[in-house]
Amino acid sequence: MSKIIADHVVVEVRYPVNDSFIITLRSPVDIPDILPGNFAEIQIENTTGVFLRRPFSILDVDYESRMISFFIKIIGKGTKKLGEAKRGDKVSLIYPLGNSFSLPEPGKKVLIVGGGSGIAPFVLLGRNLKSNNNDVTFLIGGKSKKDVLVSSLFSGFGKVLTTTEDGSAGEKGFVTGHSLFKSGNIHFDKIYSCGPEPMMKAIGKIANRNGIDCEVSLENMMACGFGACLCCVTETIEGNKRVCKEGPVFNVNYLKWRI
Amino acid sequence: MADLRVNIGGLEFKNPVTTASGTFGNGEEFEDFFDLDLLGGMFVKGMTLEPREGNDYPRMAETASGMLNAVGLQNKGVDHFIKEIYPRIKHFDTHIIPNINGSTVEDYIEVAEKLNEIETIPAIELNISCPNVKAGGMLFGTSCPSAIAVTEAVRKAYDKVLIVKLSPNVTDIAEIAKGVEGAGADSVSLINTLLGMAVDAEKRKSVLSTVTGGLSGPAVKPVALRMVWQVYNAVKIPVFGIGGIMNATDAVEFMLAGAAAVQVGTANFIDPQIPVKIIKGIENYLERHHFDSVSELTGAMEI
Ligand SMILES: Cc1cc2nc3c(=O)[nH]c(=O)nc-3n(C[C@H](O)[C@H](O)[C@H](O)COP(=O)(O)OP(=O)(O)OC[C@H]3O[C@@H](n4cnc5c(N)ncnc54)[C@H](O)[C@@H]3O)c2cc1C
Ligand SMILES: Cc1cc2nc3c(=O)[nH]c(=O)nc-3n(C[C@H](O)[C@H](O)[C@H](O)COP(=O)(O)O)c2cc1C
Ligand code: FES
Repeated sequence: MSKIIADHVVVEVRYPVNDSFIITLRSPVDIPDILPGNFAEIQIENTTGVFLRRPFSILDVDYESRMISFFIKIIGKGTKKLGEAKRGDKVSLIYPLGNSFSLPEPGKKVLIVGGGSGIAPFVLLGRNLKSNNNDVTFLIGGKSKKDVLVSSLFSGFGKVLTTTEDGSAGEKGFVTGHSLFKSGNIHFDKIYSCGPEPMMKAIGKIANRNGIDCEVSLENMMACGFGACLCCVTETIEGNKRVCKEGPVFNVNYLKWRI
Repeated sequence: MADLRVNIGGLEFKNPVTTASGTFGNGEEFEDFFDLDLLGGMFVKGMTLEPREGNDYPRMAETASGMLNAVGLQNKGVDHFIKEIYPRIKHFDTHIIPNINGSTVEDYIEVAEKLNEIETIPAIELNISCPNVKAGGMLFGTSCPSAIAVTEAVRKAYDKVLIVKLSPNVTDIAEIAKGVEGAGADSVSLINTLLGMAVDAEKRKSVLSTVTGGLSGPAVKPVALRMVWQVYNAVKIPVFGIGGIMNATDAVEFMLAGAAAVQVGTANFIDPQIPVKIIKGIENYLERHHFDSVSELTGAMEI
């Protein structure tokens, strides 16, 4: 897999909700193949306290116009600064990094569960699953209505369900409490999940209990993002593995999660 | 064009820019970004006699102009390096230098003996300064007698160029440098990371699983420069300058303070092409200041 390291030009920063933005950048060179789950390391310059690059999943790409976009939740210094970028600003990106979600056989039924900024890889995943003729259901959770507005990004790829903690949209509660899981017999062949770790663990547990294959995408703290430092490891049945290189996507049963 | 070659204990490096152990993997991760043949040399990830899993996650904390790491020498052991990794990377036309570690003097000797057998490996770096392991590591490098003992023992077991990597977590680094010089080291490299720690106030928790870790990056540069200068004035063997080198100017500063060559570490994480940019930048500097050879920079700082 060939990798790009280059200054990209900011084309647009828009805020679908007030604490998260979608940033679109133009690459100076052709964009290599991007697989669902791949991420980029973005350099955020001239920001006090930000020394290392920041990893973000790739939301979408347009190979023809050389555009790449990210869905980013503001949680600290770096994400705040990046969200202030203006059209024409230059930003250094390294990508594509990491592995990707594996696709099931055509025709299989899949469930994609996410929350918060963890939904970013699901656009590319949804598109690939659709062209692979899979029946896709998205289940997106958040605190309130504004957190699940982004679920509209997926409506072209399958059925979209939501849950909110305050009940302002979709079913009230957490994703794991959705009535989808209550029926006792869950008819999915594969589950994908990305979001807060407790959520992924709970989803992994449901998948295991129902004998369903489940892949999750981890967001460990990274220093390099391309396999050089060994800072981002997670425990697996084969010892410590780099989340940035052997991951970020892992089968739940490969991880040493007590679920 | 100025001559970029430098000589370390009889071994010629095509230029003074090398990559620091633990920050460059085994080189392979960087092939996507530049031609590794351009490097003066590369110090590969620290290895031990037996495989090690390293410390628990979290192993990293970002700090003001730097980072703390607590990787703890995760590696698959020297035999794995020799059988699996080295055959994949030996085609690079640059010096590949293993960084060796141990819990006991015997461990160090055994690793050195195994590497001594590999004809195309011209040098080893003896790491007596890792702050992230419970046994051995930095304990060897923080007392003069133990630093001398391990260097003497490895010297007997290893015929080629022996570089000893020094810990900054000491009262008098020059004394230790003199000690290992006397024990037969061909060169010293410094600094390894500075012992530090990070606390998460909101969670009321230590950030690293090990509580303490090693500080690197621009935050350590002034300390590293001072130590390179002190060691340069204390020993006759050549010094590798390490610590927070982010660009060619930083590299030149280390050489002016006494380094014969440099190692680039944490900067590789932010710009994986930085080593080549530094090589070009040094060339540029030599031209602007009318030097014929890069080695003229070593210790050329005026007071
Ligand atoms: C592979 C991968 C993909 C990611 N994809 C996305 C994405 O698509 N969209 C998105 O919004 N975010 C994503 N993230 C998370 C994103 O990298 C962090 O939110 C970002 O680095 C925070 O930077 P900051 O400077 O704003 O926060 P800082 O100011 O550095 O930190 C603010 C607080 O958040 C904590 N924190 C920061 N990063 C993490 C982390 N990775 N895990 C746990 N705690 C953390 C810090 O310890 C601190 O307490 C991804 C992370 C990884 C590893
Ligand atoms: C993630 C990480 C891992 C490291 N691993 C090793 C190691 O295995 N052996 C070693 O001698 N030094 C190791 N070091 C120390 C570096 O080689 C170097 O001495 C130090 O980081 C200072 O240089 P810098 O500021 O340019 O990074 C490591 C440093 C980092 C940041
Ligand atoms: S972040 Fe450096 S190896 Fe994964």
